[in-house]
Amino acid sequence: METTMVEREPQKKLQRMDGGKLRRFWNNKTLLLMCVPAIVSFFIFAYLPMPGLYLAFINYNYSDGIFKSPFVAFENFRFLVINGDLWRLSFNTVAYNLVFIVLGNVLQIFVAILLNEIRRKWFKKITQTLMFLPHFISAVLIGLIAYNILSYDYGLLNGILQSFGMEPVKTYSDPKIWPFIIVLTYLWQSTGYGSIIYFAAIMGLDNEIIEASEIDGANAFQRILYIVLPWLKPTFIILMLFSLGGILKGNFGLFFNLVGANNTALYPTTDIIETYVFRALMTNFNFSIGSAVSLYQSVFGFFVVLSANWLVKKTSPENSLF
Amino acid sequence: MEKTEESRSIRTDVSGMIVKGFGYLFISLFALCCLLPFLLVLGTSFTSESSIKKHGFNIWPREFSTFAYKIVFENPDLIIGSYIVTLGITIVGTVVGLFIVAMTGYALQRPDFGYRNSISFFIYFTTLFSGGLVPFYLLMTQYLSLRDNYLAVLLPGLLSPFLIIMMKSFVRSIPHAITESAKIDGAGDFTIFLKLILPMTTPALATIGLFIALGYWNEWYNSMLFLSPDMKYRPLQLFLYKVVTSAEYVRNSAAASNVELRDVPLESMKMATAVVATGPVIFFYPFVQRYFIKGITVGAVKG
Repeated sequence: METTMVEREPQKKLQRMDGGKLRRFWNNKTLLLMCVPAIVSFFIFAYLPMPGLYLAFINYNYSDGIFKSPFVAFENFRFLVINGDLWRLSFNTVAYNLVFIVLGNVLQIFVAILLNEIRRKWFKKITQTLMFLPHFISAVLIGLIAYNILSYDYGLLNGILQSFGMEPVKTYSDPKIWPFIIVLTYLWQSTGYGSIIYFAAIMGLDNEIIEASEIDGANAFQRILYIVLPWLKPTFIILMLFSLGGILKGNFGLFFNLVGANNTALYPTTDIIETYVFRALMTNFNFSIGSAVSLYQSVFGFFVVLSANWLVKKTSPENSLF
Repeated sequence: MEKTEESRSIRTDVSGMIVKGFGYLFISLFALCCLLPFLLVLGTSFTSESSIKKHGFNIWPREFSTFAYKIVFENPDLIIGSYIVTLGITIVGTVVGLFIVAMTGYALQRPDFGYRNSISFFIYFTTLFSGGLVPFYLLMTQYLSLRDNYLAVLLPGLLSPFLIIMMKSFVRSIPHAITESAKIDGAGDFTIFLKLILPMTTPALATIGLFIALGYWNEWYNSMLFLSPDMKYRPLQLFLYKVVTSAEYVRNSAAASNVELRDVPLESMKMATAVVATGPVIFFYPFVQRYFIKGITVGAVKG
């Protein structure tokens, strides 16, 4: 009996699957067709470049093309490790992102809570509109605004400093102050937009809880500290884990437009993975090095996402990505 | 929300007043910080070049001048061309992109769609792993030959996994029973999407459409990578980028309008171009902002 079972089982399954597969395809044909434009588009613009990462393992030169250029295995990576580029880029990218994530979220929560305390509708509307503004302009304009404020000769900052009798600062040649400039610009740009999510979360808080706490004599600080903040914790964790996944992805537009393409003096503190790859492509024409850095970024980032997802699964399984 | 406003305003304790007062103060200051840089650009664009050289950039122009705008519009051909290019890309991209995003989003949330998970993963995976800039560049320029082609800006910006996921969660709030009953009445999947679902998702379409449109309006990266300086009409942001980064470019366009080289208002022209390139979006945006807020909120709540 046992043998017949074993023999019959796969046959049956096979039959069912074949018929089922075809039928499944036929039943879903319209929905499948509706997905075709997206599938084609992602295939061309996202999947086709992936095999191109092979460039990272060769010594690419233009005349030989991809397939005839000499294969060098991990030589490009060795080069990047030895000259310290990989370490500097990783450090800058990860450090900036960590600061962005932590300070960004803290400020967003802060603004959301204050917005929630404010009762005047017109005030809320106007200030929200203004705080949103920086999010909706192009990175090029952000670069220009920074120049407007920081320029050595005409910048507003130096104008103010001089009117107080202080020395003007040479912003665009001093790498030390750039972490502050970049972080401040990031916060300026993202806080209004990001606080909406937290604001929406606070709106979901049950009023009765707050009223009950007030009857029990809780003051505003206690209400915020013991009810609102704990209520926001899950949102905070999810958002943080989401952004952890992109920790090796830079904010190219911001860095590139703030710093400029060729300001070598600022590289030590402003060069991130994506600006480096951009230069490798457009300035140094070193396609293999650029690809090696990209591959490193993708693989490393992939593992960070996996770990982040593992963490989400542990803390709140229903919110995990996959 | 309305209810608490009343009940809380009745009991005003000291701590509540402190928090409120601080809230008004902090939010006002922050909102002001968000506004001032724009006024700085606007003010500088109306300042005479000699005043800039003497006093630097200022929010309030010490010597009012519209000279920079005169030069920008002296040769309106370039700026109008840029506007048309950007408008064209934005309109076509938004309409096509929105349609594809909505269609895909709808199909992917249908519980009875057998390939739902595999296609979702196919799309989502692109956010986890990518080929990076160099292979993308080679693909676009060497294999698809899209250099100096507006399609190089249009095509890669059509879809994003994020927007598809957003659409998915929007449509999920429409009961599946609607689709099912329409099916029983004999409607095909595409007809259901077009005639039933699309009209019901107007807020979602508005939000996602705005995201796409704004992305195209502010697009400069693909333009910079794939559109060479030889092109006469370039998207606005690339035009602005050139004006901001190369003095040469400003001098050329000033020379085209017969201005003496030493008279070129280099700095104020940068700002004037920025105002012209950004203007419409800023005026438009207070009206559309509520859609964004709605979109972000729904996206946040539904995940």
